[in-house]
Amino acid sequence: MPKTRITLPDSVDHLSILDEHGQVDTDLDPTIESPLLLRMHRTMLLARRFDERLLSLQRQGRIGTFPPISGQEAAHLGAVAPLRASDWVVPAFREMAAELWRGRSLESIIIYNNGFSEGSRIPAERNDLPISVPVGSQILHAVGIAWGMKYRATDDVAMTFFGDGATSQGDFHEGLNFAGVFQLPVVFVCQNNQWAISIPRSKQTRSKTLAQKALAYGIPGIQVDGNDILAVYVAAQEAVERARAGGGATLIECVTYRVAVHTTADDPKRYRTDAEVEEWRRKDPITRFQGYLTARGLLNPDAVKTEEEAIAAEIQTAVARAEEEMKALGDPLLMFEHAYAEMPADLKEQRADFVRFWSAAQKEEKLV
Amino acid sequence: MSKMTMVQALNLALRQEMTQDDRVIVLGEDVGVDGGVFRVTDGLIEAFGESRVVDTPLAESAIAGMSIGMAVYGLKPVCEMQFDGFSYYTLHQIEGHASRLRWRSQGRYQVPMVLRAPYGGGVRALEHHSESREAFWAHIPGLKMVIPSGPRNARALLVSAIRDPDPVIFYEPKAVYRAFREEVPEEEETLPIGRSQRVREGGDLTLIAYGAMMRPTLEAAEELKRRHGAEADVIDLLTISPLDDSLLVESARKTGRVAVVHEAPRSFRPVAEVVARLVEKAFYHLEAPVARVTGYDVVIPLFSREKHYLPGVARIVDAARNLLSAP
Repeated sequence: MPKTRITLPDSVDHLSILDEHGQVDTDLDPTIESPLLLRMHRTMLLARRFDERLLSLQRQGRIGTFPPISGQEAAHLGAVAPLRASDWVVPAFREMAAELWRGRSLESIIIYNNGFSEGSRIPAERNDLPISVPVGSQILHAVGIAWGMKYRATDDVAMTFFGDGATSQGDFHEGLNFAGVFQLPVVFVCQNNQWAISIPRSKQTRSKTLAQKALAYGIPGIQVDGNDILAVYVAAQEAVERARAGGGATLIECVTYRVAVHTTADDPKRYRTDAEVEEWRRKDPITRFQGYLTARGLLNPDAVKTEEEAIAAEIQTAVARAEEEMKALGDPLLMFEHAYAEMPADLKEQRADFVRFWSAAQKEEKLV
Repeated sequence: MSKMTMVQALNLALRQEMTQDDRVIVLGEDVGVDGGVFRVTDGLIEAFGESRVVDTPLAESAIAGMSIGMAVYGLKPVCEMQFDGFSYYTLHQIEGHASRLRWRSQGRYQVPMVLRAPYGGGVRALEHHSESREAFWAHIPGLKMVIPSGPRNARALLVSAIRDPDPVIFYEPKAVYRAFREEVPEEEETLPIGRSQRVREGGDLTLIAYGAMMRPTLEAAEELKRRHGAEADVIDLLTISPLDDSLLVESARKTGRVAVVHEAPRSFRPVAEVVARLVEKAFYHLEAPVARVTGYDVVIPLFSREKHYLPGVARIVDAARNLLSAP
């Protein structure tokens, strides 16, 4: 038997539309209509400023540990912008700009990050899952949701997010494989932010790109400049349209950078240099997008200033409202809720046991 | 009514639920064309098609994770693990998500999925094909862990599990799959999850068991009567978690002498919770320490030594006689 060569796809595209100075490649410019562009800009800016505010709230002890998103706004906001409300988003935990875009309130984020489960309630009008902490595990839920969409013959799409570290997890590979086998309407969006806490992208995989992992599962993969919101948008739109039309899943690798800490409990000085961070700050997705919008005549310094002031006020109001709202939260009995549809008898006993102890302890406290 | 094996009864439950509810989807390895390695899903793909009886790639975590997504989306996936020994790949998905999404979304979403797995020894199988690890699942809040013991209650409990709004781990005693037949009614029958059953009435001692251990336990009860004149109250747990202790406590208060039988290893297993409940609620009625008739804290031996590991009639009778002779 002869030794023959099997021809396989051996390349993936890299897409970049806005360069580091905000100069657009006019051939690739998707020429998105201006209201949508301005809404994307506002959400990016809101997410950045809110992220900064959350960091200061954390440092002041007014909220707990959280994972900042700064620098990655384009990489996830650009991906969800082509979605419609009936689509589903299955996030990891560092896609706050996308969550805001999908309708999550600033207040709920503050409340959640201050340790109240009330903040992760998903309102009825949003088809999204709450954030998922164990890395990569949520990918499979998007696959199952997409399976349901196909079964119900809708043309909706499920989109899921994860980081570069997640591509080392079994659930990532199993998810891509199942989506390929069942030809499911799901878009896998990798936020390749270069660092999984202290482990650099180069130590996650020997592969040259993360996008190429798609090829092994028979689905398209594309790498985009994740700090270029137009490139992310274009790649996501193409993937979403393909999925809606029955063309199956796509993997999008957004090359971006986590300019801040992994979480507020992390000290990046232990594993990376300031020079590297500075280099990426120069590729900031917001300034690039602002350059583009300015060139298109949609933005000017005055408009940015007005927007910044409105955003500052919106955040201030949200913080005040959330802190007011949290004064009424904290009923410990809530911990017994939502474990089961109906509380089992033994859990009722445990709850009663707590109530007995708790009311006695409170009475005692009043006496002291 | 017709006489059915447990395999046939489970097949009936799936068939009837799939017929009347198009949200019910069966998925897993070899469940379609092959009808499942134990034939529990036999014929379903012919009846319902590939869109509802899904042969998946070989990846247990993905089967569970995809089921979670399907359930959140509003379907009722019934996924099959080929053997309990392979189901631990799903532990992360079940612990981390299936059992928590109701809580995490504060009631917005639920995960009405069933994860079926054949468990237990006694079928002369390979390594990883004979374990009894129900405690893994019973340790997880938000989850229900159900183990039927015969064809009729298996059918009724599987119907209840499929209809349950919470995720249910459904362990099927593979030693019972074809061991005996029972009358199973064609018409709908359910059993409440979270409720144990008294299957034999007696006042001298209490035997508590479930799953494949019910048969040797009931045989032991008969032998105790025949040879030792003792009448055993026998309780079938049916649901391991959440544990219904009302019958256990009532029976222990009545007899004061209790043995718990399971094939899982002895330590940190369901027996520990049963004993804890009895200590809390029937302590002053106990006439003797509660006896544990269980597997041992070792890997279940390959089949040549399996019979020494698995509790059988003689060990149960032995434990019962010790209980009865306690002063």
